[in-house]
Amino acid sequence: MNFNRRAFLSTTAAVGATLAAPMIVRAQDGARPRVVVVGGGAGGATAARYIARDSEGAIDVTLIEPSRAYYTCFFSNLYLGGFREFDSLGHTYGNLASSYGVNVVHDWATGVDRDAKTVRLAGGGDVPYDRLVLSPGIDFKNGAVPGWSTAVQNRMPHAYKAGSQTQLLRAQIEAMPEGGTFAMVAPPNPYRCPPGPYERVSMVAHYLKENNPTARILIADPKETFSKQALFEDGWLRHYEGMIERVGPDFGGGNVEVDAEAMTLSIDGDVQNVDVCNVIPAMQAGGIVHAAALNEGDWAPVSAYDLSSRLDESVHILGDSAAQGDMPKSGFAANSQAKVAANAIVAAFTDSRQFPARFSNTCWSLIDTDDGIKVGANYEASDEGIVSTGGFVSEVGETDEVRAETYRESIGWYDAITEDMFG
Amino acid sequence: MTGKVIPSCKVAALVAGTLSLTPFSASADAENGERLFRACAACHQIGEGAINRIGPQLNGLVGRLIGTVDGYDYSDTLSEAGADGDVWSEAALSAFLEDPRGYLPGTSMVFRGIRDETDRTDLISYLIQEGGTSEAAAEAGPESGPSPEIAAILAVEGDVAYGEYLSSECTACHRGAGGEDIPSIAGLAPSVFIAGLSAYRTGEREHPVMNMVASRLGDEEIAALAAYFEAQTTE
Ligand SMILES: Cc1cc2nc3c(=O)[nH]c(=O)nc-3n(C[C@H](O)[C@H](O)[C@H](O)COP(=O)(O)OP(=O)(O)OC[C@H]3O[C@@H](n4cnc5c(N)ncnc54)[C@H](O)[C@@H]3O)c2cc1C
Ligand code: HEC
Ligand code: HEC
Repeated sequence: MNFNRRAFLSTTAAVGATLAAPMIVRAQDGARPRVVVVGGGAGGATAARYIARDSEGAIDVTLIEPSRAYYTCFFSNLYLGGFREFDSLGHTYGNLASSYGVNVVHDWATGVDRDAKTVRLAGGGDVPYDRLVLSPGIDFKNGAVPGWSTAVQNRMPHAYKAGSQTQLLRAQIEAMPEGGTFAMVAPPNPYRCPPGPYERVSMVAHYLKENNPTARILIADPKETFSKQALFEDGWLRHYEGMIERVGPDFGGGNVEVDAEAMTLSIDGDVQNVDVCNVIPAMQAGGIVHAAALNEGDWAPVSAYDLSSRLDESVHILGDSAAQGDMPKSGFAANSQAKVAANAIVAAFTDSRQFPARFSNTCWSLIDTDDGIKVGANYEASDEGIVSTGGFVSEVGETDEVRAETYRESIGWYDAITEDMFG
Repeated sequence: MTGKVIPSCKVAALVAGTLSLTPFSASADAENGERLFRACAACHQIGEGAINRIGPQLNGLVGRLIGTVDGYDYSDTLSEAGADGDVWSEAALSAFLEDPRGYLPGTSMVFRGIRDETDRTDLISYLIQEGGTSEAAAEAGPESGPSPEIAAILAVEGDVAYGEYLSSECTACHRGAGGEDIPSIAGLAPSVFIAGLSAYRTGEREHPVMNMVASRLGDEEIAALAAYFEAQTTE
């Protein structure tokens, strides 16, 4: 067996100790096909629920996920802005187990033996599969931002995996001195949730406007342009005039270095003291994808028709980790892809029908109280990958009513999608 | 533009007997009513040429038997109220508009309600101004039934298994039961469901998300979804 897991283990060692749960893989009854899902987030939880539900018990579904509660990244910016309680972001797996019969194993997957078709657990033991689904989200690329690594994430949080990092960032913002500086190092493409950093800036600005109005926000950005840019910039001007400064690549926004000890950010050699430094580094597919050698470069190439790996047909890779084509890396997209993969997997093992793949995505962002915007598109499968077939985006100058309605819609979506994931 | 409230012609049995019959102010503000009607316009038409959409057309509403517009497929609740001879009095309308599901439990109208009494009075005044009362409507002739576009979809037999697959796109936003901020679509009557999607598809009803969703639904897909969602319960 070739478990190529060195690099992967080093990033997870810190949490490993508390998570080594005993392996509780159901006794094999031989007859039932086994689907193992790694990662209980937007893609994985949805896939596990749909496969278990639609196969009506004909498929044995095991979900491997280290955390007992999943905190959604989506709406975590709203928590930073004070629009949402932290607890409202947490969701547990009880229902997947009790209502759908999913076998939930709280452990890390540390490797995949694709010849033997088994997944290795950190807590010991191998879980056999007939089909494997990987939806592990993202990991950060080491050394992407000079001076930053996960070793300093408690001084300079990324808060780009939700949970204690998000709470830490909020606490740091609250502790900023009057007139202090909140800095963000924005990530290069492609990364999870294209509007995420800019929604975050909006939410931090909302908080500061109320609590620390002379504070300023500085964004160092390696990208020329970003998602919903005109809408965000219009909103920043209307709500937070003079507070937010974005340094793009032309002015060195891509040439940054941080010093977590000194709490400094250097942009193109110009060193500044900052009070909060939210570093969102470049990203790559979750470590288990690399451990399973299913990546090409940073991401995992997949077929658009059923999200199966282009390197191994018996593995499906969903969500942020997948290089699928045009869809953004979003929770909505991961959930959409999971349903297509689930339909294909259930059809492969039962007599139910497989229908043509179809995907969609809508991402809402909140700029300020009752000022919501959205962008969405339809997608379909092609041999080259998932392709967009048209969509919409909010416009500058919409009425207050429309913006408030858009925000309410996002709340409706949050309730629906979390129910769709966890039952 | 201030419309005078025409006194309701025949205030008949109220659906619920406990309501106090507050007389409607004669100086109701129909302009405010017009503004309030925008929320209804997503589902209802009123005035000349009004036809059934997600909700029935509202011409000649005051004085009309509840749940009796031709060609509209009401919930059992409304059909039964009409069969019992219950009529839309202004007071009944006011109570319904304050809390549709509280007043007529089981109604398929997804609407939060209008809390403010003056607003309700203004809106009813506008409804009368635009759509007249029931005798006036009777003269305008009966309603024409579903449009050819909707009739074509109604003629397709929905494939429930396909509908179930397609529904997985919808459940990212529409919850099985409830849903304050996005209406629930579980258990909707096919005629209502189809009229809704068809109006989004043609663009007659505007909503960026639903226009996008409906843009790639063919008649077969809409019929399949209608068949699937009809069978879903709202608990
Ligand atoms: C600030 C922010 C705001 C966002 N806002 C939105 C939004 O408004 N709308 C939207 O659609 N999306 C939003 N997103 C994006 C969204 O969160 C992600 O795209 C989505 O969660 C991706 O789903 P996934 O299944 O790929 O990964 P995740 O949801 O991250 O799930 C991965 C899971 O896998 C587990 N895991 C990882 N490795 C292993 C392993 N080796 N063994 C076992 N388990 C493992 C992790 O613990 C995790 O629970 C936002 C993201 C951020 C950071
Ligand atoms: C989301 C769609 C929707 C909206 C918005 C909506 N309605 Fe309705 N309405 C319906 C539906 C569907 C019905 C049929 C209800 C049933 O059969 O139970 C209905 C029924 C009615 C009826 C009963 C008609 C009859 O023939 O008995 C009245 C009156 C009414 N609506 C008024 C209003 C008014 C006034 C508003 C705005 C304040 C409004 N509705 C907003 C969907 C809507
Ligand atoms: C991205 C979120 C989203 C998705 C996905 C979505 N909807 Fe909707 N839907 C909405 C919103 C928001 C409304 C209310 C729109 C309005 O005010 O007109 C709505 C309204 C509707 C209505 C009218 C309901 C009523 O009572 O007036 C129907 C019917 C409907 N959707 C069906 C569907 C179907 C079928 C699907 C899947 C094929 C779907 N929707 C997918 C967000 C969504």
